[in-house]
Amino acid sequence: MTALDVRELAKSFGGLRVTANVNLAVAPGERRLIIGPNGAGKTTLFNLITGELTPDAGSVHLFGRDITGIASRRRPHLGLARTYQIITLFPRDTLLQNVVLALLGLSRLRWNPLLPLGSQRHLRELARAALARVGLEAIAERPLSETSYGERRRVEIAMALAQNPRVLLLDEPFAGLSTDERRDVQRLLASIPREVTIVMIEHDMDVALEFAERITLLHFGEVIVEGTRAEVVKDPRTREVYLGA
Amino acid sequence: MRARTAAAIALAALVSLPLWVANPYYVNIASQVLIYAIFALGLNVLVGYAGLVSLGHAGLFGLATYTVAWLVASGTGQLAAAVAALAMAVAMSAVFALLALRATGIGFLMITLALGQIVWGIAYRWISLTNGDNGINLGTRPMPFGIPLASASNFYVFTVIAFLLALAAMAVFVRSPLGASLRGARDQPRRMTALGYNVWLIRFLGFLFSGFWTGVAGLLFGYYHQFVSPQVLHLTASAEVLLMVISGGTGTLLGPIAGAALVVAMKTVASAYIERWNLVLGAIFVAIIVLMPEGLVPGSVRLWRWAWRWLLASPASAAGQRP
Repeated sequence: MTALDVRELAKSFGGLRVTANVNLAVAPGERRLIIGPNGAGKTTLFNLITGELTPDAGSVHLFGRDITGIASRRRPHLGLARTYQIITLFPRDTLLQNVVLALLGLSRLRWNPLLPLGSQRHLRELARAALARVGLEAIAERPLSETSYGERRRVEIAMALAQNPRVLLLDEPFAGLSTDERRDVQRLLASIPREVTIVMIEHDMDVALEFAERITLLHFGEVIVEGTRAEVVKDPRTREVYLGA
Repeated sequence: MRARTAAAIALAALVSLPLWVANPYYVNIASQVLIYAIFALGLNVLVGYAGLVSLGHAGLFGLATYTVAWLVASGTGQLAAAVAALAMAVAMSAVFALLALRATGIGFLMITLALGQIVWGIAYRWISLTNGDNGINLGTRPMPFGIPLASASNFYVFTVIAFLLALAAMAVFVRSPLGASLRGARDQPRRMTALGYNVWLIRFLGFLFSGFWTGVAGLLFGYYHQFVSPQVLHLTASAEVLLMVISGGTGTLLGPIAGAALVVAMKTVASAYIERWNLVLGAIFVAIIVLMPEGLVPGSVRLWRWAWRWLLASPASAAGQRP
């Protein structure tokens, strides 16, 4: 069974085809990298998978289950989590509260209008553990607005991991990070257990190539090349489209 | 600890107000402040915590007033009329929410404005039902547990109880998971969806909660004046309560109360001395926007802290200058 199976997915904005009959089969535990030049439709593909955009045609399957018609907000409950290219966190809250909100999203407790959220010990413990995983436990009580860009990237990943996803979509997790921060995030991603299948969009080829087992190259919404790291790097079409050599 | 003491003193002062304010005129003004404070707290759920600015809340407020006035005038019992008034306010909130939550931002504001004006138009034009511009007389105030509310001080105590309930409900709600979800939906709706939240339903429930307390305020308003006319439902009333929320400080518990006190004091007390009190109120609003754009309560806290730090820091920094 595949963890994530995208079949003949298509999406157009007016006359612009941003996703053209994309097929993508990701095995459980796989680390898949999606590359492609700007405007290749990588983030759109993520938005179609998470349901933020509705495809014109095709289907998305999560562990054999067709989720194409399932509301975007239901998909995290089925084990699909994502991070964003542009950091979208809750700036007025602390890091811990940010992660608590991620945990709460999957809990029935989220509808409770009476209990004080601050006294939900188990949520706070789980959130602290998630922050410890990304090495931010020490600053858990700090407001998000007082953290660095690299730390926020890690909070994003902590929030996604806190939801215990089966499939994790990472949209450019290395974007805008310093060399040191890149190494931190790289180490963090390497530590994610194989129960989590990871699909990652990334521009930074150095760190990303090392991470991925299989690579899919998108160009103008189409899958141009797909294969192992060596195959894709070697392929002349990759050089032509992406590496520009 | 200090905050708790301050809260206890404020509470004691609030409850005992009729004892140290002999003049029933001022007791009545205090009742008005509290009624508008409940209204502003209700609107603040949407404006402050959900980030949805409504300009139609007077429609919900006035609907509760009209319902209780109409029912009591036509001979229904006080309790049944009160329950029906609150139910009407919540039901109309649901209708408003269903239509207005298709949008956020300016779209939401315009839809609520239009809906509020429709309710006003009905009250104004459907004369056979609402008596049009002449309004409806409520007749008498209710007698909960046999206690008459005719006197200013008794009515004030009744209003204080409702106000404290509203304040407590707000305090519990904003700390709850649902309150946190509502704030999350305000700041990052897309992210909230991606985290598994039903943003629409969260906002809808927030709207109902807001509408309920707006209805409570409308009900008290009806008891207070024992009369209702279409003016209560008008856009200017919606704008006025919105100004209370914004001037006091959105998304805070005390802000809407301070805003309500400011506007009611200007409208009733200052208008007795200054003919152009509207001008003065306008000037005060401009001053608030310029000096503390976050609102009276958070702004005062900020200025107070700044002044305190400045007082503490100045001798220390002078000492540090010495070689």
